[in-house]
Amino acid sequence: MQLEIRDLVVARGARRIIDQLSFDVAAGEVWLLTGRNGAGKTTLIRTLAGYLSPVSGSITLKGWDPERDPREACHYVGHLNADKASLTVLENLRFWQAYLGGTTADDAAARDRVWAALERLEIEPLADIPAGYLSAGQKRRLGLARLLVAERPVWLLDEPTVSLDVQSTALLARVIETHAAAGGLVVAATHLALGLASARELRLGPTPHAAAEERTSGGPA
Amino acid sequence: MSGFLTLLKRDLLLALREGGALGTALGFYLIVVTLMPLGLGPDLNLLTRIAPGILWVALLLAALLSLPRLFEADHDDGSLDVLALGHMPLELVAASKALAHWISTGIPLALMAPILGILLNLEARAYPLVIATMLAGTPAISFLGAIGAALTLKTRRGGLLLALLVLPFYVPTLIFGITSISAALLSPAGFQASFLILTAISLVSLVLGPVAAAAALRQHMQ
Amino acid sequence: MTTDAATQTWTQRLANPTRFMALSGQILPWLTIAAIAVVLYGLYLTFFVAPPDYQQGETVKIMFIHVPSAWLAMMGYLMIAISSFGLLVFRHPLADVSAKSAAPIGAAFTLLALITGSLWGKPMWGTYWVWDARLTSVLILFFLYLGLMALRSSLEDETLAAKQTAVLGLAGVVILPIIKFSVDWWNTLHQPASVVKIDGPAIHSSILVPLVVNAVGFSLLFFALHMKAMRNEVLRRRVKALRMAEVEQAARGRDTSSATAG
Repeated sequence: MQLEIRDLVVARGARRIIDQLSFDVAAGEVWLLTGRNGAGKTTLIRTLAGYLSPVSGSITLKGWDPERDPREACHYVGHLNADKASLTVLENLRFWQAYLGGTTADDAAARDRVWAALERLEIEPLADIPAGYLSAGQKRRLGLARLLVAERPVWLLDEPTVSLDVQSTALLARVIETHAAAGGLVVAATHLALGLASARELRLGPTPHAAAEERTSGGPA
Repeated sequence: MSGFLTLLKRDLLLALREGGALGTALGFYLIVVTLMPLGLGPDLNLLTRIAPGILWVALLLAALLSLPRLFEADHDDGSLDVLALGHMPLELVAASKALAHWISTGIPLALMAPILGILLNLEARAYPLVIATMLAGTPAISFLGAIGAALTLKTRRGGLLLALLVLPFYVPTLIFGITSISAALLSPAGFQASFLILTAISLVSLVLGPVAAAAALRQHMQ
Repeated sequence: MTTDAATQTWTQRLANPTRFMALSGQILPWLTIAAIAVVLYGLYLTFFVAPPDYQQGETVKIMFIHVPSAWLAMMGYLMIAISSFGLLVFRHPLADVSAKSAAPIGAAFTLLALITGSLWGKPMWGTYWVWDARLTSVLILFFLYLGLMALRSSLEDETLAAKQTAVLGLAGVVILPIIKFSVDWWNTLHQPASVVKIDGPAIHSSILVPLVVNAVGFSLLFFALHMKAMRNEVLRRRVKALRMAEVEQAARGRDTSSATAG
């Protein structure tokens, strides 16, 4: 599977935020979008998720069933966690699992998956507590746990480390690494180095040809 | 379809757990109905005559009050973005939320109307008519209201603007709701024609509401 | 009123919730038994002893439920007002628990008064509801109760909700008499002839005794329900505190486990 971005132009009002951007995200690759505020990181992520339509250029997901909407291949984690204060942590996750997974199957495998995600993000002891009680960092981890409950190849993460402490950031890095190792695609906008050895970096800048500054950041990519 | 039911179930569960919205709408309905006799004077014959009209207008206002929350909660906590990535188009997301609104607010308001009818000295034979027309008419209130709720999502003075945008859409429902009742009170045969139109308006709104609401929501997500 | 004053000093002595829970746990069973016994006796008097009215027949017996309910509707509001005062002025820790618990009970008695009044009105006035001044002002009292509960449920922060509700509760006390007067005037101006006095004929002891027994029984019931509701509320707050502690612990547990691991 490969995500191909060709000559992408995205505008907000009259201003071109992203101008002639091209890059490929291959299976197993993690791309980090960096750049200062206003460089277009969020805009690019939201365009990839299909919320914004580009002025010109194309985004194609090769290897995805052409009959299905490419959005169904994407997980999006934005600045907000999409949790409901009056539902418990478990109920929140089970809802997203059923909704994003597109099944109402309530079998043992589905349950195990939710518990594994809770364990993975270390919020298992909070399973039966309404999300409203959680601290900002715990809520963030609940939001990220969504990535693990429904199987989707493309992860689009917008500042996923917000309100996470050092320990949780390392946790997130491991979760991302595991997903990439299994052939997943990750595009994450972040100003914090996630500590991923194999990650490639795409530097977005206010300069017209952002793609020119593209470079890889170390590691045997 | 499974996503539709999953979302509907969650919204109903949330309505149940955060029961405040329905309570406020019912309380508002009650107080608006009470204000009418206080303004008009306690003349029971007059009240009997205008009771169906008061009940219908008050119902529209009460339902309107609960509409701004329709998409707001999901927008504010980021759920709307994620809902857009499901296995169904945004139109069905909007339809599911409007249906949840109808079940959790429209039906209770319609069922409360007869109790308020007592306060207005409503004729005994008008009770089934009021319930029937309201149950048939309230889907239009939820589904057309969804358009206004989606349009005013991020606007200042959202609530007032919403009233201004949506109330004109409610005019046909109001007119045919009232005509059905008054026609039926004159002769049983007169009921059918108006009632069928009332139902038709609701059916049209089932399609128009979600399509327009989804279009507005897409604009917000940009 | 004496029972009310007694509760006041009694709750004030119980400044902390733990002592309240211990003492109320001992009192509540007896209070419940007393309430049930007196209410049953009152109902027995109502249905089997009190004579039917020579004009209204058996329907007059609705009065034995209606009048005590109406009294308690007002007393419930008074309870809220006193508790609100206790919260805002003395910052009494149980005042808000008391105010919060009294609201639904007071509202229930108000609704009972409205429904029984309406049922009583049907044979007397020929319709379930007339816009009589007294009924109207009780209905408005019901709205005040609804407003208090709605305001509380709409505020996420419970401390803020407590204070805001207390302000509304006290404002309600000031405005209630004004509402009552205005409604009386409104009604007399428009329809002086049809005002039907609920008082009816002069009260005989055969009616007075069941009425007083019922009033005492309903009051005991009110206090028993109120105490039970307060206990529930104290327990609910403890559960909430425990949950918060659990969240904190989960956060700390992570830190210690990582410290030992690393």
